[in-house]
Amino acid sequence: ASNIPNGTGSDPDLGNAPLPPPLTCSVFVQMVQDPTQFDVLVMPNLYGDILSDLCAGLIGGLGVTPSGNIGANGVAIFESVHGTAPDIAGLDLANPTALLLSGVMMLRHMGLHQYAAKIQTACFDTIKEKKVLTKDLGGNSKCSEFTTEICRRVQDLA
Amino acid sequence: MAAHSAVLSVSRIINPIWGRHLGNTVKVFGTTLTSHRNKTLHVPPPAKYGGRHTVTLIPGDGIGPELLSHVVEVFRFSCVPVDFEVVHVNSALEAEDDIDNAITAIRRNGVALKGNIETKHTMPPSMKSRNNLLRTSLDLYANVMHCQSLPGVQTRHRNIDIMIIRENTEGEYSSLEHESVSGVVECLKIITRSNSLRIAEYAFQLAREKGRRRVTAVHKANIMKLGDGLFLQCCREVASGYPDITFDSMIVDNTTMQLVSKPQQFDVMVMPNLYGNVVSNVCAGLVGGPGLVPGANYGRDYAVFETATRNTGKSVAGKNIANPTAMLLASCMMLDHLKLYNYANLIRNAVLTTMNETRLHTADLGGQGTTSEVVQSIMRIIQSKGQLTADI
Repeated sequence: ASNIPNGTGSDPDLGNAPLPPPLTCSVFVQMVQDPTQFDVLVMPNLYGDILSDLCAGLIGGLGVTPSGNIGANGVAIFESVHGTAPDIAGLDLANPTALLLSGVMMLRHMGLHQYAAKIQTACFDTIKEKKVLTKDLGGNSKCSEFTTEICRRVQDLA
Repeated sequence: MAAHSAVLSVSRIINPIWGRHLGNTVKVFGTTLTSHRNKTLHVPPPAKYGGRHTVTLIPGDGIGPELLSHVVEVFRFSCVPVDFEVVHVNSALEAEDDIDNAITAIRRNGVALKGNIETKHTMPPSMKSRNNLLRTSLDLYANVMHCQSLPGVQTRHRNIDIMIIRENTEGEYSSLEHESVSGVVECLKIITRSNSLRIAEYAFQLAREKGRRRVTAVHKANIMKLGDGLFLQCCREVASGYPDITFDSMIVDNTTMQLVSKPQQFDVMVMPNLYGNVVSNVCAGLVGGPGLVPGANYGRDYAVFETATRNTGKSVAGKNIANPTAMLLASCMMLDHLKLYNYANLIRNAVLTTMNETRLHTADLGGQGTTSEVVQSIMRIIQSKGQLTADI
């Protein structure tokens, strides 16, 4: 459902665009009702912890959410933020998407944009097609099968 | 025997939740007195004369005044035996006289209905939030919000029924900040054993009273080991006294993730102040927005009712498009508190029936209805129930 009108939407001429009216509700209300109105958000540590998990919940959970930690001089660590899942470790069942997309973020950080775009497209297309999915996404393929499918698509994109 | 039962019934009128404990006025986890405003040593008599209650009304800023005028209108129309003592609080003044008057009025009447008082960012940081001052001075330690999916409002998730109990007086809202080194600000988050025990006790009592099965404590004790750790420990202690109610805990970031994916798993939630703000806003968004959910602030002696998400709604003020539901439902909670159950149910049912009409939905629900149309519809439904009403 739409909420109190407060955004002007995207504007091609950003330089002269009027600022949208200030949000009357908290970001948590807005994020739950209409997350598409947001683009980039910056915030202190605790709010980031809470809001990033909230947004992960909106897009499918921590199994598909990538993240990166950027420091000075380009030092960075990219990681998935889901748990260690000891119950399915070593059984070829886990969903590699979060870590794979974190790797894509890493490639972009390193300036290898072409490779990043290819892998991301392959990964998204595989998920979109719904034929080869791991259990947490509703399928019954193995992790290696999912990976092979992505590799196949990467090859086709080359 | 008759005198004995008369005393018992008076004690229940004075304090519905704690009525049975009235014999023990000094409780183990008593109030933490932080300022001269809090010195009350006895339960004041209810402001009820000649069968009519007097309630303090604080219009506040933004949409507060117009929404509260609608509440007054509906009450007058339904012949509710409540008179309002209006106290204005000017948020632009640095002096605290206005808010002191409001606090005195609430002490006098015991109950209040309020709009949100704006905390202007242009004022100096030494000026405290008026709403916060009110809550701490009156020791309104429990903020209670009941989030329920409404049948007439389309939302992604259905069948949500969560009670959120938020500690209302300390935590991150203690307003204790300092800048010992330029550019480095330290902000103190206060968690006390007594207040944590108190809020946990309130949560479990309420859960038991409402027949709820599960209480979840929301925290971040893995990082704030001492602060939230203490809160969690207090919740566990209180939980041990309620074996019929399941107790579990969840870290706040996981909680928000679960709320947006599977909110039906939650029953009653108890948490410190800031997480309460976050979780109540998320839940309000889940059930349809801040225009729909009422909130209540309870202390040992006083109760103040308002909208749950405490918005001033400046951008929609004066345009007749604000949703009056939250404030009207808050006024029904107030009527329940005053034990005017028939009036409360009458108005509440009229409000909820009106909410089922999609064509009356206001802008925040994606419709084009006006506030006055909604209020007219509510009054028409009340009239159709055959109760005594004044002229429209």
